[in-house]
Amino acid sequence: MGLSNEIIKNKLTEKFGDQLTGWEEPYGMLTFTAAKDINLKVMQFLLDDAELRFQFLTDLTAVNYPDNKGAELAVVYHLHNLKDNVRIRFKVFTDITKPDVWSATALYSTANWMERETYDFYGVNFVGHPNLKRILNVDEMDYFPMRKEYPLEEQTRTDKDDEMFGRNTPVKKYN
Amino acid sequence: MSEHIKLPAGSLEKQTTTLNLGPTHPATHGVFQNIVELDGERILDAVPTVGFIHRAFEKIAERRPFYQITPLTDRMNYCSSPINNMGWHITCERFLGIQTPKRVDYLRIIIMELARISDHLICNSIVGVDSGAYTGFLYVMQMRELIYEIYEEICGSRLTTNIGRIGGFERNFTNTAFEKLEKFIKEWPGVLKEFENLFTRNRIFMERTIGCGPISAERAMNYGFTGPNLRAAGVDYDVRVHTPYSSYEDFTFTVPVGSTGDCYDRFLVRNQEMWQSLELIKQAYAKVQEFKGKDAEVYHADIPEYYLPEKKDVYTKMEALIYHFKIIMGEIPMPKGEIYSSVEGANGELGFYMISDGGRTPFRLHFRRPCFIYYQAYTELIKGGLLSDAIITMSSLNLIAGELDA
Repeated sequence: MGLSNEIIKNKLTEKFGDQLTGWEEPYGMLTFTAAKDINLKVMQFLLDDAELRFQFLTDLTAVNYPDNKGAELAVVYHLHNLKDNVRIRFKVFTDITKPDVWSATALYSTANWMERETYDFYGVNFVGHPNLKRILNVDEMDYFPMRKEYPLEEQTRTDKDDEMFGRNTPVKKYN
Repeated sequence: MSEHIKLPAGSLEKQTTTLNLGPTHPATHGVFQNIVELDGERILDAVPTVGFIHRAFEKIAERRPFYQITPLTDRMNYCSSPINNMGWHITCERFLGIQTPKRVDYLRIIIMELARISDHLICNSIVGVDSGAYTGFLYVMQMRELIYEIYEEICGSRLTTNIGRIGGFERNFTNTAFEKLEKFIKEWPGVLKEFENLFTRNRIFMERTIGCGPISAERAMNYGFTGPNLRAAGVDYDVRVHTPYSSYEDFTFTVPVGSTGDCYDRFLVRNQEMWQSLELIKQAYAKVQEFKGKDAEVYHADIPEYYLPEKKDVYTKMEALIYHFKIIMGEIPMPKGEIYSSVEGANGELGFYMISDGGRTPFRLHFRRPCFIYYQAYTELIKGGLLSDAIITMSSLNLIAGELDA
């Protein structure tokens, strides 16, 4: 295990400087946020660098933070270096009204369906994707169902209110 | 054809055939649709459509407390649901920082490896069915039945098991469970040997599968293959070895790899893995038997705020009743944070990416489903091959519609 989180972090900051922010290590996995327009550059660097070699895209998904005005959608990449067995995670935040993010399909074939799935549920528009259309939902669907603005249950229900259970920080209800 | 059908003057005759394979086709073993363009028997192109049994698990999970998510995981890869259940529980344990007792880990390994065997068994025997050998499929079903009986003895159900709890099992293994396990350990090698005799060096089977639907290691990595399909291409990536969970590091086993990544290699890798699983079960069972006295009664971690108490305690003890209520209503304390945790599912790396905001349910839960990720390579695998090879390639990838569509 030659490659430590410290080395990866140093290499990345050396290359990209302050375009990478939010360094964290939740449960040992190095996590950072990249500026939206350099996501491919970061991935390419992680893939090509002789020491880093993150050649495996484990997962690609999105998260919706409705309170995060101007950066409501986060696209989350999980990369894996199989040789040194190190995983990292990085995020790219984007405005929900203009959710354009560069597609990773040219680097990883596996990103194809992962991005289609992310588009299907969150409406992230992956620029450069060869076939960006819905994958699990029906083609006629005209909204992106995983966004928090579409609550799963009827919001007038009161029997699950947090106050009844003495919770100090009530779970937020959206819209 | 043109002799019989008079086309309007000037029109071009289509030289290829479009065939609609699925969504409910007897040869696809699941709800898959492929629109294939054929030139005679050769496949020129294929367009797979998925999502026929999409059930929005990720959305549902955002409104469910931890224990109510376990039954959702059952319904992903339903051929080996205990691995999914335990994968989810292990994710929760890692998230909450719970250390499980060794005996629980070993019992879990027994169950997970049984599940792996039953999953590989289905896949490999179905490959046999698609190449015209039904006998193997029917023959091995008795062993799957025995595995299901063991599940039944532990959790009461067979297919969608909902087995275990955060921190361990719902009850200790009964003597009957161990007797059935011993029976399995005794009988399984003979059955598997006979199954292998039927196929491995069978001339017809070899000619049908060798060179059918191959993929190179490089392409397989690029396509995000994991599990037996990646190992058949020659990459020795196994989550059990790379990121051990549930004390897999205490055991000795080998990770079989193939070289060509074709149907035959996938078949061989799965067969070898079943032998390895048997080794693991034997070792784990031996370790379980080493526990004596009070240690032999341990079947869950001592974490009353997360471990759903036994029903008889709920009816008789005040504390158990309180915890039962709190857990069922999703009122257990939940930290903030995010975690990615994965286990080696029967099909590959089954990952759980969870973000919690401290509420009673996950803020976001994403399942990394190995099937979904490698199915996109299907078009590339079958292009230029024969239609009958496409069928066998599909079954040798072990596509489970439930996992694919989530």
